[in-house]
Amino acid sequence: MATPKPEELSKIDYKPPKTGWMDTPVELRPGMYCYAAKPKSLEYVGLPNPRSWSVKDEDWKLPDNWKEIFIEGLRERINKYRSFRLFLDICVRCGACADKCHYFIGSGDPKNMPVLRAELLRSIYRKYFTTSGKVMGKIAGARELNTNVLKEIWYYAFQCSECRRCSVFCPYGIDTAEITILMRELLNLLGLNIDWIMGPVANCYRTGNHLGLQPHTIKDSFDMFCSDIETITGIKIEPTFNRKGAEILVVVPSGDLFADPGTFNTMGELMLFHELGLDYTWSTFASEGGNFGFFTSNEMAKRLHTKIYAEAKRLKVKWILGGECGHMWRVWHQYHNTWFGPIDFLEEPVSPITGTKFEHAKSNKIVHICEFTADLIRHGKLNLDPKRNDNLIVTFHDSCNTSRGMGIFEEPRFIIKNVCNNFYDMPETTIREQTFCCGSGSGLNASENMELRLRGGFPRANAVRHVQQKFGVNMLACICAIDRAALPPLMNYWVPGVDVTGVHELVGNALVMKGEKKRTTNLRGEPLPGVGGE
Amino acid sequence: MGLLFSLFTVVALVIIVFIGVKAAGLNYLFAVIIPYLAFLIFLIGVIVRVVRWGKVPVPFRIPTTAGQQKSFPWIKYSKIENPFTSLGVIIRMAFEVLLFRSLFRNLRTELREGPRLAYASSKWLWLFGLAFHWTFFIILTRHLRLFFEPVPGFVKVIESLDGFFQVGAPVLYITDIIFLAAVTLLFLRRVVIPQLRYISLAADYFPLFLIFSIGASGVLMRYFLKTDIVGIKQITMGLVTFHPVVPSGISIIFYIHLFLVSVLFAYFPMSKLMHMAGVFLSPTRNLANNNRAKMHVNPWNYPVKVHTYEEYEEEFRDKMIAAGIPLDKE
Repeated sequence: MATPKPEELSKIDYKPPKTGWMDTPVELRPGMYCYAAKPKSLEYVGLPNPRSWSVKDEDWKLPDNWKEIFIEGLRERINKYRSFRLFLDICVRCGACADKCHYFIGSGDPKNMPVLRAELLRSIYRKYFTTSGKVMGKIAGARELNTNVLKEIWYYAFQCSECRRCSVFCPYGIDTAEITILMRELLNLLGLNIDWIMGPVANCYRTGNHLGLQPHTIKDSFDMFCSDIETITGIKIEPTFNRKGAEILVVVPSGDLFADPGTFNTMGELMLFHELGLDYTWSTFASEGGNFGFFTSNEMAKRLHTKIYAEAKRLKVKWILGGECGHMWRVWHQYHNTWFGPIDFLEEPVSPITGTKFEHAKSNKIVHICEFTADLIRHGKLNLDPKRNDNLIVTFHDSCNTSRGMGIFEEPRFIIKNVCNNFYDMPETTIREQTFCCGSGSGLNASENMELRLRGGFPRANAVRHVQQKFGVNMLACICAIDRAALPPLMNYWVPGVDVTGVHELVGNALVMKGEKKRTTNLRGEPLPGVGGE
Repeated sequence: MGLLFSLFTVVALVIIVFIGVKAAGLNYLFAVIIPYLAFLIFLIGVIVRVVRWGKVPVPFRIPTTAGQQKSFPWIKYSKIENPFTSLGVIIRMAFEVLLFRSLFRNLRTELREGPRLAYASSKWLWLFGLAFHWTFFIILTRHLRLFFEPVPGFVKVIESLDGFFQVGAPVLYITDIIFLAAVTLLFLRRVVIPQLRYISLAADYFPLFLIFSIGASGVLMRYFLKTDIVGIKQITMGLVTFHPVVPSGISIIFYIHLFLVSVLFAYFPMSKLMHMAGVFLSPTRNLANNNRAKMHVNPWNYPVKVHTYEEYEEEFRDKMIAAGIPLDKE
């Protein structure tokens, strides 16, 4: 299953098939889907129907009454989510969303048009819950639920990254993410999750993080970061873990503790906190800001994230500082306060360095690290030497979730412009609220679905290529851990020569620390511009 | 299939009127009973649908943020595209409902040689949509002349503005032309663009044919077939005053127009046309993005099973001790 060459993959046929979509059976194409969830992951968190199954098998080993479970699940959810009910009811199929989806742009598959993705489920809703659908059937856009239809829903529910780009363009704000989230909830009632989501969920439930890093492993990672930092700067940093009475609890996505380039981002954060003399602690228990439970069900998401406030309470910190991550911030920003509030055991966040009150976060008491750092820079609290990043010509990828589920656009740009001398934005139709997904969001960053990822990431990569050709951009900055994992192969495939970084790695490089030795390399161990070698 | 089905349905509706009025003489049924019934279905139907939506909770505050968030005073935030206050939300909704703000953003994505993706501004849908909805609204308002005696001043003002160019007799209303053109263009768009044709259902074509036929029959009646206006006003006044009368000699074209309007009213609550009411309830548009500053309550929030710190410490105790990580229970 070799991935096609870029020339091949970019030949995209947007012509819909001759047969109507209801009469075009789904073809489960390898490279476009992820492997099935393993039974032990489902068992660990107590989700239904754990068994070994394979997508390629004819029989997905569903419970006998699967149809009833699905329909009753649908009934329950249309009565619990106004968004869901409304979005199933009011679409006029104007088509404004059609060519806004990165998976449609990259694949040409009409069922990847947001409107049609939703119609896959709407047709079932009509059949079982509306009079016209019951009476008139197909002519009213209704159809019977059967295993082929279920497989189709499964296939396309895991070809949507819940990025919400379509919802920006929809005249009624219909948000396909809401549809997909609840489609996936329904599929989970039948044990139809993917391994790439379910594995991390089970890990996270047990160890506190998706990667399954145990406390001593986390400590080891930090030891390694600190040793690298000492080599580069000559400064010894000794972070604390699970320390009671610290002022701030810091939580980052666990990807940043494990793999490049996320690890460089954590190093940058460690250096920043050390330089400020911040009274903070890491936690090995609340060791994950991301939440793959969110790609499973709302209940699972809540089950995984309870630990963050629980840990803040146990350690008696005053407030929480959150790292750079996309869907983590969608959940923290739009869901946390509702799940866990009122958060009366913490204090309203105040920067101990600048005295700034983070009024906008006064209720749920969580501050984004880019807000925190932007405030520091604004108050002149950091000694920065942007020349150290002069080898980089940087552009910024707005992550879907922080863009359309929060709106943090200026803070990261303000930081980058203060720590780098060369910054160029991509075209405005591809950034900020109109930003394109990396193609791997919402738990789809596995390896077996690489074709899907490369297709979905095509619009993002194409915009990067534009600034590469125009301005010589060689570094793509982002504030999302999935981006940091997913964008390097994407760039490598579509835009060779562009690397990926977190924003705080750039900060770490530019930060002039008290008592540091003359630096010769950046955090990656590469020679600093104007120093060494040639 | 959906297209032909819808077309034949509308043709059948017209034939029904011909038979009913011309052959069977059921004038009273078509002029009084059906309009009353249709209006009743519309009223009750819309209320039921809205109440049903309203009863479903909004568990989470999930606005789609389309601009900079509110954070620091020194960063200008998008008060309308990413509202933090109720006033911001009201303005955002007003832009959405009155001016179709989101459709105004529409882009056309094109794959060119290179490969290169290009995004061109594409305002056609916005323009046709806006023209269609606004002219429809103005035409409806003009029809108030049939339900009031004397005719209210604002209706007269709208009429004179609408007939500003003073062409023809009776004066040509600009909105009539724009309305029919917009419906036609919305229809053509649906047929010509392959993706759009692919997603279109009977439920998309039927309202377009129905509304076009209503417009066309209205135009025929006003400009070409010259019907008995005095008689029509007797009917409409009779309807609103609950003293229905059906004068004889009123042209069949009026019955067709009225019947199609009745069908539209009755069809409205069970169709996608409910987007008119639904847009106001859309949680991605009508909520402020102040989730971290103000707690949003989910009425069905329930406790969930979690993995506690105590269980975690129990499982990893030895490893934590070895790594020098402090424990609760030593």
